[in-house]
Amino acid sequence: MKKGRSLGTYAVLYLVFLYAPIVLLPLFAFNDATIIAFPLKGFTTQWFEALATNAALLQSLRNSLFIAVMTAIFATLLGMCAARAGAMAEFPGKKGIIGFVMLPLVLPEIIVAVSLLIVLRQVLGLNLNNWSVIAAHTLICTPFSIAILNGAFQNLDPSMEEAAMDLGESRWSAFRLVTLPLVMPGIISSMLIAFTISLDEFIIAFFLTGANPTMPVYIWGLLRFPAQLPVVMALGTILVTLSVVLLVIAEYFRRRGMARAGVKDTGGFL
Amino acid sequence: MTPLIELKGVEKHYGDYHALRGIDLDIRQGEFFSLLGPSGCGKTTLLRTIAGFEAVSSGTIRIDGRDMKGVAANHRPTNMVFQSYAVFPHLSVAENVGFGLRRDPRSKAEKARAVEQALEMVGLGGYGQRRAHALSGGQRQRVALARALILEPKVLLLDEPLSALDKKMREQMQVELIRLQRQVGITFILVTHDQEEALVMSDRIAVMFEGEIGQMADPETLYRRPASKRVAEFIGKMNFLPADVRRDGGAIEVDVAGLGRGAIAAEQAPGGVPVGAATVGLRPETLAILFEGEATDRRVAEGVVDEVVYYGDMTYYDVRVPGVDRPLNIAMKNLIGRPVLDVGTKTRVAWDERALVLLPG
Repeated sequence: MKKGRSLGTYAVLYLVFLYAPIVLLPLFAFNDATIIAFPLKGFTTQWFEALATNAALLQSLRNSLFIAVMTAIFATLLGMCAARAGAMAEFPGKKGIIGFVMLPLVLPEIIVAVSLLIVLRQVLGLNLNNWSVIAAHTLICTPFSIAILNGAFQNLDPSMEEAAMDLGESRWSAFRLVTLPLVMPGIISSMLIAFTISLDEFIIAFFLTGANPTMPVYIWGLLRFPAQLPVVMALGTILVTLSVVLLVIAEYFRRRGMARAGVKDTGGFL
Repeated sequence: MTPLIELKGVEKHYGDYHALRGIDLDIRQGEFFSLLGPSGCGKTTLLRTIAGFEAVSSGTIRIDGRDMKGVAANHRPTNMVFQSYAVFPHLSVAENVGFGLRRDPRSKAEKARAVEQALEMVGLGGYGQRRAHALSGGQRQRVALARALILEPKVLLLDEPLSALDKKMREQMQVELIRLQRQVGITFILVTHDQEEALVMSDRIAVMFEGEIGQMADPETLYRRPASKRVAEFIGKMNFLPADVRRDGGAIEVDVAGLGRGAIAAEQAPGGVPVGAATVGLRPETLAILFEGEATDRRVAEGVVDEVVYYGDMTYYDVRVPGVDRPLNIAMKNLIGRPVLDVGTKTRVAWDERALVLLPG
């Protein structure tokens, strides 16, 4: 019994260590003081109001949302192609190619950022803008999309599409009428994950944003002004809430997809 | 009459692997035809080339006189029931069955009536609004059948359709499939590895080994007169005995080791008549144990019971006969008053040269 209790204590401490800093965010976001310190002074929503009226911040938020939406679409489209090929087609060098496509998952972001900066600026001579960030984010999000969509496509009975073709549909309409609805939970899940990753990605965005920073980059800039810290806390609170909500929705769809395909869940990201 | 389906020299290669080697096949309109063989023999590949999911490497496939070269699956007059049924889980039963009618010019109400009729035909009347993923295996099978038959194909292709069902359900579906096939008059091509299923259901069977057809015949011929040892082994049980063959004019005389001499008819050697050392086959039910007091006008050999396997309706005996290298497997019906013999019992075995099959190879 003693062993069980000490393990339990360890687990609780672990969770506190993991999540306590995040709990501090909303705590100081609603605290009526510019200095981030205990004791708390009183309840206020002024930092959220300050957020809403900060034009530069709102612009960075719009940038981030645009980049995140485009990244989600591109990464999921590319992920679908790769996952479908991986699950349904046989071709020479398949294992190597799939491994190569998944590589950005373990590539340090700083490396991706620096090398992309060099390629875009020095080699191609392009201007940096939202699209350069979108390209880079698509690169790092695609492996996640593939990982999620792999599950959806591998659980799909290859006879399904053939059955639709056998019943008179062309290859494309068989895909649209049968495969697409069946992998839709995976697609939604993949788009939400890619969106979330892109939204709070900092390193690549820091290197590749043009004149308009993304939100994480803008927040980083704010940190130089201590008076702005509570505003950052407020923004952080919103972001954490948004991330959690999106991830929960993504997981819900992934599980629903598993249940619909009638297979055993082998674990996902949550 | 020209056959409905004609295959000439059909080959399928995957790299160096030859999945199909020179398949020639004619299937008549309205026939229940089975492709039977062990897994990996190419029977499913052959079915998929007829369906249009696999292109042939060489040879021609004609359906109803039309060359199928370059004709995609969605433009062939064939429909398929898949091994996994491939019933679309996101659609209702009625939407599944009506899936192939999307391009049909009939009105919505007419199509709905056709769907209901198809469902009734397979015994699923009134199931239209159910979700497909909530159905049992047997019900999914019926949905897959209705979905294929509603298009009134010239040929219905069935890829191991009963292998996922339990024994009782499988036997019931066998009977239903035969009834359905007679009712609609559509040519059925069934792929199966289950010899009993093929014997029960088919008008004709092609037994396949390693991409080739070993023998093609009606079930009775296939069972009684297998053309090779391989076919005989694959279908039912058979005792194989070494024998010496001699030809004397038109007569064929065999000397079966341990049993004795006998003359056989030419039809008992469907695979040709080898001269000299050969193998003969005897089905277990053509041999009989002579119980006490029983007499016979057939040939008799003395032996000792070596093994007894009791099946309820039948008992299978292995009887060791001096001079025969392996014990003879004998199937006896458990009729009233017949004892089940113990191992070690001395007994007499009746055999008949008319049941012998001369097997090359």
